[in-house]
Amino acid sequence: MAMNTGLEPALSDSGGWKQLSGDWRGDKEAFKGVPWGKAMMWIFLLSDTFIFSCFLVGYMSVRMTTTDPWPVPSEVFALTIAGESIPLILIAIMTFILISSSGTMAMAVNFGYRRDRRKTAALMVMTALFGASFVGMQAFEWSKLIEEGVRPWGNPMGAAQFGASFFMITGFHGLHVSIGVIYLLIVAFKVARGDYERKGNYQIVEIAGLYWHFVDLVWVFIFAFFYLW
Amino acid sequence: MSQTEGQQHPIGLYLKIWGLLFVLSTMSYMVDYFHLQGMLRWSLIIIFMLLKAGLIVSVFMHMAWERLAIIYAILLPPLCILVLISLMAAEADYIFWARVLFFGQSADAVAGHP
Repeated sequence: MAMNTGLEPALSDSGGWKQLSGDWRGDKEAFKGVPWGKAMMWIFLLSDTFIFSCFLVGYMSVRMTTTDPWPVPSEVFALTIAGESIPLILIAIMTFILISSSGTMAMAVNFGYRRDRRKTAALMVMTALFGASFVGMQAFEWSKLIEEGVRPWGNPMGAAQFGASFFMITGFHGLHVSIGVIYLLIVAFKVARGDYERKGNYQIVEIAGLYWHFVDLVWVFIFAFFYLW
Repeated sequence: MSQTEGQQHPIGLYLKIWGLLFVLSTMSYMVDYFHLQGMLRWSLIIIFMLLKAGLIVSVFMHMAWERLAIIYAILLPPLCILVLISLMAAEADYIFWARVLFFGQSADAVAGHP
């Protein structure tokens, strides 16, 4: 049994779950100037990077191995507006919406550090609204494709693997956006209520922002590899 | 109380990056709209993608102002994925030709293979 020398923080000695969480959380800074919450969010995002990379690499593999022609995304995702077929237009609009939400989120972080909680909360709610409209458009896109007969195991346009890749990748991304919307609304509510006023610590807004920017970042890759390639 | 803790940058910077991201997105959409094909298409898509990703990570996620320790801890590990990509690409190429050889294949599938 090691003696308690009094040098270690008390938390680390209590054993069990308390010790475990204490070791991870105990206000220790593995990276100077980076609070633990932010470091943990970065590490989570790193692991999420690998998950999305696996999906995209899997998509690359099935697209390279199939001997059937791959459906042309430019045509599959075209919309007819005012009698004219515009290629990929809905996806382009979704891209602009997600970028705008990243812009409002970056500004929310800024106002948070200026301790302007009304503007911070308002900008975060705006970000969440952009996110919700993104998910809405995705639902529209999904139902349109399902109506056209696209299924995870086949579709009328070509290679059967198209549906599996599409539903898997955009579905998982949409799930991230949906969770992000809920997460942002919770933090925005707490900011507006003044939960962080006493400590004057608005780092939570930056941490929530990191998650949101990551969702936008993943979309950049999905847009390039799935929709444009 | 004038505290400078945390990531404090002028709003104008975010607006400029926002604008740049819009421009880059429009340009990558134009790649599809004007039906550019082949190497030109693929390299433009990748260039615009990397520029957008770089702007988001460095400015919006504040990576440009973090210390080197966390930059390396977060940005270097994903490079391993390049190994996975090259392994899977080599394997996928093999499977494609195996399918062509053993299942018989239409000429256009072979022609469309990069």
